[in-house]
Amino acid sequence: MTGELLLRARDLVKQFPVAGTAGLFRPARLFTAVGGVSFDLHAGETLALVGESGSGKSTTARLAARLLDVTSGTVELAGQDVTTRKGKDLAAVRRTVQVVFQDPFSSLNPRHTVERIVTAPLLYQKRDIPGGSREFTRTLLDRVGLNPDWLNRYPAQFSGGQAQRIGIARALAVGPRVLVCDEAVSALDVSVQAQIINLLRDLQAEEGFGCLFIAHDLAVVRQIATSVAVMTAGRVVEAGDRDTVFGDPQHEYTRRLLAAVPRIRPEWEAARRAKAAAR
Amino acid sequence: MSLLRVNDLTVKFGDVTVVDGLGFELPKGGSLGIVGESGSGKSMTSLAVMGLLPKGALCTGEISFDGIDLNTLSERRMREIRGDRIAMIFQDPLSSLNPYYTVGTQIAEAYRSHRSGVSRRAARQVAIEAMERVHIKEAGRRVDDYPHQFSGGMRQRVMIAMALSTEPELIIADEPTTALDVTVQAQILDLLAEVRRDTGAALIMITHDLAVVSEVADTVVVMRYGDVVETGSTEQIFSDPRHPYTQALLDAVPRIDDEIGDLRTLGGGS
Ligand SMILES: Nc1ncnc2c1ncn2[C@@H]1O[C@H](COP(=O)(O)OP(=O)(O)OP(=O)(O)O)[C@@H](O)[C@H]1O
Ligand SMILES: Nc1ncnc2c1ncn2[C@@H]1O[C@H](COP(=O)(O)OP(=O)(O)OP(=O)(O)O)[C@@H](O)[C@H]1O
Ligand SMILES: [Mg+2]
Ligand SMILES: [Mg+2]
Repeated sequence: MTGELLLRARDLVKQFPVAGTAGLFRPARLFTAVGGVSFDLHAGETLALVGESGSGKSTTARLAARLLDVTSGTVELAGQDVTTRKGKDLAAVRRTVQVVFQDPFSSLNPRHTVERIVTAPLLYQKRDIPGGSREFTRTLLDRVGLNPDWLNRYPAQFSGGQAQRIGIARALAVGPRVLVCDEAVSALDVSVQAQIINLLRDLQAEEGFGCLFIAHDLAVVRQIATSVAVMTAGRVVEAGDRDTVFGDPQHEYTRRLLAAVPRIRPEWEAARRAKAAAR
Repeated sequence: MSLLRVNDLTVKFGDVTVVDGLGFELPKGGSLGIVGESGSGKSMTSLAVMGLLPKGALCTGEISFDGIDLNTLSERRMREIRGDRIAMIFQDPLSSLNPYYTVGTQIAEAYRSHRSGVSRRAARQVAIEAMERVHIKEAGRRVDDYPHQFSGGMRQRVMIAMALSTEPELIIADEPTTALDVTVQAQILDLLAEVRRDTGAALIMITHDLAVVSEVADTVVVMRYGDVVETGSTEQIFSDPRHPYTQALLDAVPRIDDEIGDLRTLGGGS
């Protein structure tokens, strides 16, 4: 990838205090959730973060998006060090980076309509809404495969996969330069999932955003990623371009991960293909 | 006799029908996979069985569990069945766990409410062991954490631990492994199989991961627009799908050794 360097993360560390270990004169013991993670994300690139549940993928994404303060390390966005920005100085970061969160429902305000949710980032940034709020929302809903007439519904009126797509629509509304997708397609059936992935690919080709893509489905990752970083226990144990990591994995954990991908029985697949070919 | 029989189940919100005359059967100890389109009514169907449909939902039809019609049961009697004889793993773990209690307390309380005479201390030990069974590292320390201190996949495993702790006769798992990496997922599926072998529990597994369904289920129900489009043995559904929607769905599954290119969609629907 030769696009502009959008996001540069160096030696990101995040420690959390351990519950119940703080005393009156003694600080709490610390638990290291992310223990020194570095990566570069260029325009037009999709970097997939894969790895063990609890290995620090979501935390890394939140550090990079400046939703969480680092314990140490640096985050640079388009050449600017934003590691310690606070308050209204974060506005530029919010404009540049959008996040689709792992838990769809808890990231959507239950008392707001879809229209309000999807346009909130634009209103917050005091930007004009092209074509007006309603039409804008309708277009976005349609793009993520939702009924445009649902713009007055509340989050609780949606299924898991529909709520996930509202999160995606909200993130895309701003036209971010960096898009963080944390298990953003995990609640979608394979057809809708394909639609969303094709949409992300098309938009990326048009707008050239960089994408940090966290997912556990390695077949999906292989389709969408240009490069891959594999995490266990707060560290990246292997990183490289997609074909190298999938085709010639070096780390023992990566190999175990690839070997554990569930598959439909080959004899069932063969029978189904034969029947389909005969139709 | 079947353990669960759902017949002509319909769920409406006002004049919007989200489950439309659905039916299926599950024998004692059996395992049923429900797959299908996002928004097709899979979660609503499982919530109807649990008697946990949201306010405003109108539910008609028959839901017969071990001969008891759950749809006409009083809330008090439903409470005795829910959690004890039927346990559910919800699709959205963060909103189904209580943010104000530690995960250990929540697992322990789920256990205590169905096992009278268990002391708090013993229940705490049970909670730690339940967390170890779902492969949460350093369970003894993490037992005092709150849900927001857990990762997405760890929360999912807490839900699974809670559901298994009461040895239910029926486990309903709604997308239970969407946040689990494939190695932990394999461990959890093994655990589910082991528990079912030991206790004879039946399973309803709702998931978009068709490979997982093919490993876990012995019967598969394919849903679209609130209704069943096809039911069959797992082997039949995967080797000889009859309905065009099932055929298209199986065709669209991304496989790890596919060519890189445009992914297949099947158009329509929402
Ligand atoms: N606010 C917090 N307080 C304490 N510990 C936390 C907090 N947030 C995350 N952690 C811990 O940090 C570790 C990494 O969590 P993170 O959510 O980044 O994992 P993940 O790789 O995204 O996992 P998953 O695939 O299960 O979502 C976990 O052990 C988690 O419990
Ligand atoms: N409170 C509500 N009012 C009106 N419609 C609702 C309400 N709750 C859910 N729905 C609709 O009911 C339909 C079925 O929802 P359900 O959650 O059962 O889908 P699902 O098959 O589980 O989908 P997913 O795979 O995305 O989780 C959806 O189209 C949803 O928009
Ligand atoms: Mg996560
Ligand atoms: Mg659902």
